[in-house]
Amino acid sequence: MLVHSRKGKWATWAVFFVLFLPLFALPLLVVLAASFATNWSSAFPSGFTTGHYTAATRGESLQALTTSLVTALTASLIALVVGTWAALAGHALKKRGKRLLDALFMLPVAVPSVVVGLAILVAFSKPPMLLNGTRWIVVLAHAVLVTAFAHQSVSAAVVRLDPAYEQAAASLGARPSYVLWRVRLPLLLPSLTAAAGLCFALSMGELSATMMLYPPDWTPLPVQIYAATDRGALFTGSALAVVLMTATVLVLFAVSRIRTKASYR
Amino acid sequence: MASAAAAAPPAAVTGPRKGIPPWAWALPPVAVLGLVFLYPLALVVQQSFRPDTGGTSAQAYGDVFASAAFREALGTTVWLALGSTAGCLLLGFVLALVIAFVPFPGGKAVAKFIDVFLSFPSFLITLALLFVYGTVGMANGLWTGATGAAEGPFQFLTTPWGVLLAEITYFTPFVMRPLLAAFSGIDTAQLEVASSLGARPARIVRQVVLPEALPALAAGGSLVLVLCLNEFGIVLFTGAKGVTTLPMLVYSKAILESDYPGACVVAVVNVLISVGLYGLYRVVSRRVGA
Repeated sequence: MLVHSRKGKWATWAVFFVLFLPLFALPLLVVLAASFATNWSSAFPSGFTTGHYTAATRGESLQALTTSLVTALTASLIALVVGTWAALAGHALKKRGKRLLDALFMLPVAVPSVVVGLAILVAFSKPPMLLNGTRWIVVLAHAVLVTAFAHQSVSAAVVRLDPAYEQAAASLGARPSYVLWRVRLPLLLPSLTAAAGLCFALSMGELSATMMLYPPDWTPLPVQIYAATDRGALFTGSALAVVLMTATVLVLFAVSRIRTKASYR
Repeated sequence: MASAAAAAPPAAVTGPRKGIPPWAWALPPVAVLGLVFLYPLALVVQQSFRPDTGGTSAQAYGDVFASAAFREALGTTVWLALGSTAGCLLLGFVLALVIAFVPFPGGKAVAKFIDVFLSFPSFLITLALLFVYGTVGMANGLWTGATGAAEGPFQFLTTPWGVLLAEITYFTPFVMRPLLAAFSGIDTAQLEVASSLGARPARIVRQVVLPEALPALAAGGSLVLVLCLNEFGIVLFTGAKGVTTLPMLVYSKAILESDYPGACVVAVVNVLISVGLYGLYRVVSRRVGA
């Protein structure tokens, strides 16, 4: 459309792929290739092995994977409940109140995650709320960080919701709790699952706040990857990273299946 | 918790029937946020005025501002963020332009790939770069294999340039997404008309596409600027002693040196810069309706 000549088109595409492939595709391919290698000192990795995966799905590493999954699941659930509640409550407020609520809930995105970690560490290291050293401090930090995204995507969907449905239900005598449970939340389901997927993916990859406050018996996968690469075990780190990416993509895929089923309703 | 949320907001729908005003339903989530986020943040500010020796003073601020490490970290953070943002805007604009206006088979798949790319953690990029440009990586291996030299010419990974490359790679998709959305709103007839009147592609891009894309560029650019200022994973994985940014300084002061007042001071400065810029981003994106 912009370029009409056949030659010009091919030239443009060539430029596109010369930029796109090395920058975006290469990193993922390289990590994948490295996870099967024992040595990489020329153009291609050498020494094919699946040993890193055997190590990555056993003992400490397996524990790190389950730790990450449990943390991400719990944090996403908390974020979804709090974020959805805030989005629905905010929708009923007047313009100024809604804007204030939006700003409050988006604040954790603007504050550096490291500082969120530091703040939670400072606040929950002393009685009466002594969480430091327990797994809950990690879950809490993740929940704080991802709630903003849950709130943002749900409140965008609430605005688009057609009020006719809930008005019809209410005019037929449905109680408010019934309207919410049987009309509004089902209508919001696609955006709720999308928000859940986003929160889960973000929490799985969270490193900054986690580095500030993870206890020794609750090390999520990103911390394990850092520990591996920091001691020079780059290939083990790559295998762990591939495990992390696969787990994330699998869960995202499962969540998107829910969405397609819901949208047929 | 789920049942509590379920029972909550419908009063908003039906209005004053039950006598609970809408703002009351907003209180529980705000209280939770206050307890786990706003109150801790306030404690950080408070602690930054409380040196280990006791009492209340701004001495920690003086110490930190006077230290060369802090000033260097501040400078590095700002120029890395500005440089990465500029790079992301340029690269994202070019790539989105090709996807939208010089369509090719598989362009949809590329757009989808970018969405998936966004859901991966940032440190993966640094990890990958270690294999590509690291001391024994692909590029250097090729060089030493071809020339027989003892070591390759690519030694920039542990310098700020390595961080810059990783940040541009990771954050460009954040610019491309709003741009692609904005481009989908441009009527292609406009381009055809301009082109049939004799305008060359460069002129069409400058006079037709760019004005339409400016809001999306502004919104995406300021978001990336904030995210770059806050980036930690990429810098940590680089493992370079020479590259210290503000988040890195917070981490090393708090965890490695146990200097909590100092860490809190740096944190306060970092929050002020980021939140200020983020507020600007919100204003810009609301004004342009992006």
